[in-house]
Amino acid sequence: MEKRVARRGFLAGGAVLGAGALVTACTGNEPAAAPSAAAPQAATAGTDNDKAGTSVVIGFSAPAADHGWIAAIAKNAETQAKQYTDVEFKPVEPTNDINQQISAVESLIAAKVGALVILPNDGEQLNQIGRRAMDAGIPVINLDRVFPDKLSYRTWIGGDNYGMGVAAGTYIGKKLKDAGASNPVILEIQGIATLPLTQDRSKGFADALKTYGFSVTAKQDAKFTVESGTAVASNLLQAHAKIDAIWNHDDDQGIGVLAAIKEANRSEFFMVGGAGSANAMRDIQAGSGVLEATVTYSPTMASSAIKLARLIAQGKGMSDLVENQVPQSITLASETITKENVAQYLPLGFES
Amino acid sequence: MTDARASGGGSQSTPPPVDEHARVEAAPGKGGGRPNGAGILGRVGEARHLGLVVALVLLAVVGLVTTPGSFATSSNLVSILALASTIGVITVGMTFVIIGGGIDLSVGAIMALASVWATTLATQSYGPWVMSICAILVGTGAGLLNGFLISYGRMVPFIATLAMLVAARGLAQRMSDRRTQLVQPDNNAIVELSTTRVLGLPLLVYIFAFVVIIGWIVLNRTTFGRRTYAVGGNPEAARLAGIDVRRHTMMLYALSGLCCGIAAVIIMARTTTGSSTHGDLYELDAIAAVIIGGTLLTGGRGTIIGSILGLLIFTLITNLFILNGLNTSDQLIAKGLIIVIAVLLQRRSLETRT
Repeated sequence: MEKRVARRGFLAGGAVLGAGALVTACTGNEPAAAPSAAAPQAATAGTDNDKAGTSVVIGFSAPAADHGWIAAIAKNAETQAKQYTDVEFKPVEPTNDINQQISAVESLIAAKVGALVILPNDGEQLNQIGRRAMDAGIPVINLDRVFPDKLSYRTWIGGDNYGMGVAAGTYIGKKLKDAGASNPVILEIQGIATLPLTQDRSKGFADALKTYGFSVTAKQDAKFTVESGTAVASNLLQAHAKIDAIWNHDDDQGIGVLAAIKEANRSEFFMVGGAGSANAMRDIQAGSGVLEATVTYSPTMASSAIKLARLIAQGKGMSDLVENQVPQSITLASETITKENVAQYLPLGFES
Repeated sequence: MTDARASGGGSQSTPPPVDEHARVEAAPGKGGGRPNGAGILGRVGEARHLGLVVALVLLAVVGLVTTPGSFATSSNLVSILALASTIGVITVGMTFVIIGGGIDLSVGAIMALASVWATTLATQSYGPWVMSICAILVGTGAGLLNGFLISYGRMVPFIATLAMLVAARGLAQRMSDRRTQLVQPDNNAIVELSTTRVLGLPLLVYIFAFVVIIGWIVLNRTTFGRRTYAVGGNPEAARLAGIDVRRHTMMLYALSGLCCGIAAVIIMARTTTGSSTHGDLYELDAIAAVIIGGTLLTGGRGTIIGSILGLLIFTLITNLFILNGLNTSDQLIAKGLIIVIAVLLQRRSLETRT
């Protein structure tokens, strides 16, 4: 009995700790934000997982940031690692070249780091290097873009692209259904169309819309950049004289999409974003434009990946779970942010 | 220097030279200066542009047939022009550089750098005018550096501007910390270039038109323009004719940089941001537009109008593909084919002329 009570306290503490640390990690860009100041106290409240343990060197390799989301990934990982006195953070030069990322990870393997957090440029192409690290006895925490071979990583943590599409489709479908729309014009502005993640998002979107009896009228791919967002959206707006809803996969390129909408002086529709940038959230909060909601694909996963890497290297489990070891795979849920709950999410938003 | 004007006119008065021999013949100092030369060039020019105009008309017909409801609307035409404005301004500068016998691979990167520099919080605190001037100065400065390396450092233009491409993007990333920088609400005057309309057209389309007109006047009606043809056609002959070829070449790259700076202001207006990702692969679009427009990559021959028509063809293709809901991969194939067809046709017309 005594033990059970202890466990409950332990769990509650873990939850507080989790929330606190997440907030801390993600407000790293805005110095002295209130929640992050309070976080360290909360972090030591009910569990010993965050207490200093064996020293761990965590290697980190990710693509070069040419995009707010990737930039946030690197920043979150670093900020999280700095929270721990027992973690030495060892990032390698970020690159968008597969070849360079392979040699960068090789250098980390040669340095015999305690754990590796890898966001590969391409899971397929970097699979063998993940495998080599595992073979060398280094646990690999595969971040977001998954290695096809399960022997190549100890744990995978990432977002749910299909779920993101479902969340956007559900929001749009429900809202249009409630308004009694028939044959609504629904547009989709994708990121890079050739990526599997984009295809998953689109599939989820189409599937969710189908449950409401709707379908995507037209879709076009931009390139995850502001400029491509403007160019594609300005043409799409011309193609459709009356639009009911737009889902734009990515809030970074969404800045460009919104600029094009403003330029064309259109407002007869509503728009849903994707990823959850601070910028998009501020727009949603202001409620003055067409952007009504965004579905998350949060770069906070990098903070969590560092936490997992540390736990795995120290041989600990996750305090909220019963198991002694960290799970093999963690998929984050895609949450829908609207005007009602935006205040709660704003601290987690990343700057574009 | 005194005979440069007359002899420059000489290079214009003859039909575009094709082989090395003809080019030397037409080069300044050897060809005779005919005052009415521009008229002849004008007519040749029109004939050359005929193919481009026909292509544009054909594309417009395709648009009218496939998407009658949305293609021929005034708002679609405005949208096409607004879309063409950014690369359009860059294309004007690129035309000068290529006619002058060079190439500028750094245009997209310089535009990105200028947009980032102009949208840093420090620059933004001085207001929209300073932001615009900053973008233009950064562009011109980077262009001047290109020109200096090429003229006085004797670097091959391809290499020098390639180096600038890489370095300018790197600097843009560093300055912006790889983030997208929003134009602050205080400086909304910049954004208004795209949202404010005069006679139905956004202000940035007027900027585009202004740059094209100034570019046309400079290329066709000034000594600077004639020297550009001379330097590109045969630099040695141009030098013998008393043109300071190095200085002129440097000015050409500075001009291209200036255009990138203006393009940066337009992209800030359109996207409401400055970003190191702006203008990715713009150099290829601009070069393709110039080539389709009939400018020789070897220099000495070409027109601004041709380049702009070439660019409009590209922009129209993008527009038609999106109006018809086709995907971007097919668009790229179509653009590649058009470049090949345009160059093959030009070759044919050159051969029949000689």
